[in-house]
Amino acid sequence: MRLDQAMRETPPSPEQLQLYMKRYHDWVSGIAARNKFVGGTALSMEGKVIKPKNVITDGPFAEIKEWIAGFITIKAKDFDEAVSFAKDCPILHGEGNSVEVRRLSGRHDG
Amino acid sequence: MDGMAAAEDLASETFLTATQTWGLNGIPPNPTAWLYSVAKNKAKNHLQRSHLYKTRIEPALQDKGDTAAYLIDLSPQNIIDSQLQMMFAICHPSISAEAQIGLSLRILCGFGIEEIANAFLTGKDTINKRLFRAKEILRQGKIPIELPPPSGMEQRLSSVLTTIYLLFNEGYYSINQDKTLRKELCLEAMRLCTMLIENESTCLPQVNALLALMCFHASRFEARLDKDGSIVLYQQQDTSLWNEDLISRGGYFLRRSATGSKLSKYHLEAGIAYWNTQHTDSKEKWESILQYYNQLLQIEYSPIAALNRTYALSKVNGKEEAIVEARKLELTDNHFYFALLGELYKDIHRPTAIENFQQALRLAKTQTEKQAIQKQLDRL
Repeated sequence: MRLDQAMRETPPSPEQLQLYMKRYHDWVSGIAARNKFVGGTALSMEGKVIKPKNVITDGPFAEIKEWIAGFITIKAKDFDEAVSFAKDCPILHGEGNSVEVRRLSGRHDG
Repeated sequence: MDGMAAAEDLASETFLTATQTWGLNGIPPNPTAWLYSVAKNKAKNHLQRSHLYKTRIEPALQDKGDTAAYLIDLSPQNIIDSQLQMMFAICHPSISAEAQIGLSLRILCGFGIEEIANAFLTGKDTINKRLFRAKEILRQGKIPIELPPPSGMEQRLSSVLTTIYLLFNEGYYSINQDKTLRKELCLEAMRLCTMLIENESTCLPQVNALLALMCFHASRFEARLDKDGSIVLYQQQDTSLWNEDLISRGGYFLRRSATGSKLSKYHLEAGIAYWNTQHTDSKEKWESILQYYNQLLQIEYSPIAALNRTYALSKVNGKEEAIVEARKLELTDNHFYFALLGELYKDIHRPTAIENFQQALRLAKTQTEKQAIQKQLDRL
């Protein structure tokens, strides 16, 4: 799930944020109610970027207009089904936001 | 594991003595104390006999000495500790949930084989075989009768709590219509959970949450079954039969469960059960229930949680939206799925409601469930 940078510049009020979270949980639970939810993680607004030659900067959004708000893992039978879930993601109410669907491939064990 | 067999024999001997004596002399003023003192005497005799056997007879037979002192500690604390240790041994993940419940009823609650067979609506042979097999597994696995170490407590406790909750559900949602027996199963589950709460190392937040949950559910016990043991639906229950004392006890344990950093499924279910003790519909009630179900589903999926969540959704966002969500669940072999659709269509499209309730009736497995669905149909 990606948010437009505008969101970062004018952060939502606590009431708005609460409403966004509620909508988000309603959406995720709809997926969970179909036994298709595996897990998910929200990401904090602040962060660090590490570049070659030991260059460390604040914020992951230096060169892109969007930043990643979080991700969830679901069990879908194909891309079509995954896209049908993603279409209902409440983040899409916001202009400039987007949801990207990827297939898990390989994993690091250990 | 010889200890487990002995405990089982002693428990059933005690109850046998009770039925014989009470039948003749009437029930004593304090039946619990009576049972304990009889069990204590029987245990003492047993231990003395085996002590005598071990120290005198066995050495004499084998012609070698074993003079280790055999102390008999029958203090109330030791009795409780032993029961807790036994609880952890019985609720061992190596045996099936059904067998864990059976063994708990037999050894911890002193139920007879016939009563257990009645509770499961099956024959005595089946129960005997099931318990025998389970004890064999515990014996072969050399499962010690002791509390797990602190590092393994959370994990082992989770299996104990599951068994206690299943035991409670066996009483609460039983296919058996014998109201007294069902109530007894619920009370035994609550008693076992109370023992965990009274012991320091097992009095964890999730244990308090489970007891809160059971108190809240049990508060409706008298109201939700009529005298024939068939179910009275929530909306039709006589709320004056709801047990206020159990509701406030549930509140007490729910508050005590609110510590630590982990939110267990028992916390969420207790939260839902709390709101169900509030009969009047309110926006706050259904929004809270919906949020709890949302979180519950994210922790652990179950078809019944998915269906209940959709019902809560209908209360918060309306039936039309809930119908769309319900259809996505596709639980087409589950009679509750069709009962939910029937309920949602009730005021929107009567023929569709009837159709769904009829499908639910066809899929329902037990008499109790069929009766409950038939009642819904009759009301349409």
